Amino acid sequence: MSILEVRDLTVTFPGGIEAVRGVSYEVERGEVLGIVGESGSGKSVTSLAVMGLLPANAVVSGSVKLHGRELLGMKEDEQIKVRGKTISMIFQDPLSAFTPVYTIGDQIAEAVRVHQNVGKDKAAKRAVELLDLVGIPNPSLRAKAFPHEFSGGMRQRAMIAMAIANDPDLLICDEPTTALDVTIQAQVLEVLKTAQRETGAGIVMITHDLGVIAGMADRVVVMYAGRPVEQGPVDDIYYRPRMPYTMGLLASIPRIDGEEGPLVPIDGNPPSPASLPPGCPFAPRCPMKVDMCDDEEPPLTPFGSGRHVACIRSHEIEHKGLTGADVFPVPVIPPNEVVRVPRAERPTVLELDDMIKHYPLLKGAIVKRRVGTVYAVDGISFDIAQGETLALVGESGCGKTTTLQQIMQLQPPEGGRVVVLGRDSAKLDKAGRKSLRGDLQIVFQDPMAALDPRMPVGDIIAEPLRAHGESDVRAKVEELLELVGLAAEHAERYPQQFSGGQRQRIGIARALALEPKLLVLDEPVSALDVSIQAGVINLLDELKSRLGLSYLFVAHDLAVVRHLADRVAVMYLGRIAEIGTVENVYDRPAHPYTQALLSAIPLPDPELERTRKRILLEGDLPSPADPPSGCRFRTRCPKFAVLSEAERRRCVDEEPSVARLTNAVDHGAACHYAEEVEVITASDNQEEE
Amino acid sequence: MRAKVVLRRLLRNKQARYGSIALILLVGLAYLGPFVGPYDWTEKDFLAFLSPPGGDHWWGTTTIGQDMYAVTLRGMQKSIIIGFLVAIISTGLAAIVGAFAGYFGGWVDKALMWGVDLLLVLPSFLIIAIISPRLREGASWLWFVVLLAAFSWMITSRVVRSMTLSLREREYVLAAVYMGIPRWKIIFRHIVPNLSSLLIIDATLNISGAVIGEAALSFFGFGIQPPDVSLGTLIAEGSRNATGYPWLFAFPAGLLVLLVLSVNLIGDGLRDALDPGSNS
Repeated sequence: MSILEVRDLTVTFPGGIEAVRGVSYEVERGEVLGIVGESGSGKSVTSLAVMGLLPANAVVSGSVKLHGRELLGMKEDEQIKVRGKTISMIFQDPLSAFTPVYTIGDQIAEAVRVHQNVGKDKAAKRAVELLDLVGIPNPSLRAKAFPHEFSGGMRQRAMIAMAIANDPDLLICDEPTTALDVTIQAQVLEVLKTAQRETGAGIVMITHDLGVIAGMADRVVVMYAGRPVEQGPVDDIYYRPRMPYTMGLLASIPRIDGEEGPLVPIDGNPPSPASLPPGCPFAPRCPMKVDMCDDEEPPLTPFGSGRHVACIRSHEIEHKGLTGADVFPVPVIPPNEVVRVPRAERPTVLELDDMIKHYPLLKGAIVKRRVGTVYAVDGISFDIAQGETLALVGESGCGKTTTLQQIMQLQPPEGGRVVVLGRDSAKLDKAGRKSLRGDLQIVFQDPMAALDPRMPVGDIIAEPLRAHGESDVRAKVEELLELVGLAAEHAERYPQQFSGGQRQRIGIARALALEPKLLVLDEPVSALDVSIQAGVINLLDELKSRLGLSYLFVAHDLAVVRHLADRVAVMYLGRIAEIGTVENVYDRPAHPYTQALLSAIPLPDPELERTRKRILLEGDLPSPADPPSGCRFRTRCPKFAVLSEAERRRCVDEEPSVARLTNAVDHGAACHYAEEVEVITASDNQEEE
Repeated sequence: MRAKVVLRRLLRNKQARYGSIALILLVGLAYLGPFVGPYDWTEKDFLAFLSPPGGDHWWGTTTIGQDMYAVTLRGMQKSIIIGFLVAIISTGLAAIVGAFAGYFGGWVDKALMWGVDLLLVLPSFLIIAIISPRLREGASWLWFVVLLAAFSWMITSRVVRSMTLSLREREYVLAAVYMGIPRWKIIFRHIVPNLSSLLIIDATLNISGAVIGEAALSFFGFGIQPPDVSLGTLIAEGSRNATGYPWLFAFPAGLLVLLVLSVNLIGDGLRDALDPGSNS
């Protein structure tokens, strides 16, 4: 019998906003149900409605049955008995899910005591056991720590420990790993699998990351505009999608094992829940739309073995065996003229030579004294040739943002050199710096924060033009808007009238206003939904070819990097671990950190995910204020663990510098025992052969 | 482009439209009204003390036979100027000092905030009391405006400073820096407009605050001195006899309420016009 049965659930917010419009699913014992959808598709609201955690002004109808017992309309004190005991929830942001003033151990013990009649000591002991179960080292000691003393990954583990404290039958995970780095995400997903094994609970996994779902879920529900549009076993959904939205979604994800070339974008934006189109909500964006689509919303109809599809043309898709790439128009990106010249003959646009940035750690209220140093960037070197994209990748805290700021500030660095377009930043005067700024521009990560909300878009784009004394600003603004795929009339609107993807396009237009030669891209697509992301990536790709730009691309998403970059530099704790062309680094990574990073990225391919061999890293990133001696990665290095005592000595004493690998032209790794291994598609079976 | 867009949004805004019409009418009444009335504000009618409204004296007369209509409008002229000047000077000062202190930080911040704290601890009433007798001659009420403004901006500027501290970290400010825009320009172009909601509310509150505050000081013998009048002095005097001779109180108080109301309406409209989040 199923644990949870949701029937025709609808949630309406005041103002006629239908956030959820008829969702039905059930979860069996020990089963993982994945709910995927873009932001605003109603996936989180659905789970909050199940938990009874929606604000009082939301109108909920339908039925939610837990073990056959109706949850909707249940009294608050009855609900409390269910919440945390039979159903528990894991939230996205583990920092705000814990109270900062109590220790982690106390909070988990409290969760135990609320639902079980046990003594304080026993509950505390249970808390330590649970922390041990989720893989927190020194659990008895760490139980006495406060939430801020935990790293993000550890907090999420503690959150899982709290959620399974009462052996729940159902775990709802709302984007449980979105805020985490990939290597930590891999660890936490393992913990979730362990937790499920221990409790035998059913899991509802809500995420926008199709890779995570592929590895975890047994069945998948794809949501769009508050309704499930396709639902079925994970393999069917991934390999044989029968609804154009699912097809587009799967085709639009950049993959680390993917081919280069343009991605498949889904045009347009998800509809606003306040004003839905009359027929199928996806019809305005659907390339397979026929007139009938506008007549009425297609119901979710059974489609063979346990599948449901809401599309009137699903049988035709099945019959013709169509895929996303067949249906959605793929833009043609003109070939890049600059790249025809060999790299060595092209001018260098950016050169970093042993650049250093340390932050002092200060203490004291009136007289500050230095108590330590944060080695944020500790000697990195790379160069970018004209027409080339170099990606700087690494997890949070590795120093990529600091590097970027150092370059953008155009001030003399603490150590080493920064040379932009042949001009040393240490030798620039005020006028020289200003003129150089025209050639060096930046696109920020968060498209909302990067645009002044009180400025019309036209003024935002005109700002750099006016600052550098351009004439005929108006015509230029219109031209730029058209260049990034927006209309000239948009100039008089404010940024918030645009969707995330359009805002990012405005940010790109502003960066391009002065016709820069080098564009710094700081995670330009990480805040965007998958279907929007593809369009922006294609735009960046196209602009690069058309305008002969060079990019410094900072990202943590290695799949996007594979798509956009020519060369890649992997950073770890303020140093470069590995650098080289994308093909070399991705297909034959030589540094153990790169290998772990690549193997941690989930692929949107259930078959591959199930058989893939993962290199799991132990622990968290060490503090950059106190990096390990010798090789910085040795504390977490899987290779270091298998080395002999004598070989280890070298890792502890001697810091490796980036050395070119013997058989490659453009590939270097900072490891004493570098060895090229293929990891992306490596599986257990292959190993045995 | 921003000016054009904001102006258009402001003109489309109903509140702002009604507020501006009301304000124009009130200002017109204050400055043109005296020409219509039968009496001058300095004249005294010894045949009508405390006569109720009607007949020859439209709004009645005072205890010494002044025509209420003429006196109230004379008072309103003064109060409009004082109110607007004090509000503009004090809110402007608060915005500039707070934004500069917050944006530049370091010693600029320390020096400016030290000044703010100093002004906050000084008893402003005492200082105005000491200084104002020396400023009796000439356009003394202008000095009075300066003094009143000088002691009413500090708390707002502290609020502005703390808001600037968070705005300073925003990426659009960083983007402007990387474009090579001078820092003072960034403050006026990106920081202050994003504080406009706060500043507009502060300015509208300051107008009524200045009119009332001026009355309190006048009561103690500073500021507007008899025989000159302001709305504040009239209200202070009239309130004593508000039940027996309501016209002494009702006309100046009513006009003050209308004045503040119309300014509030304009303020709300302006805030909506500046704030892209509102759907006007």
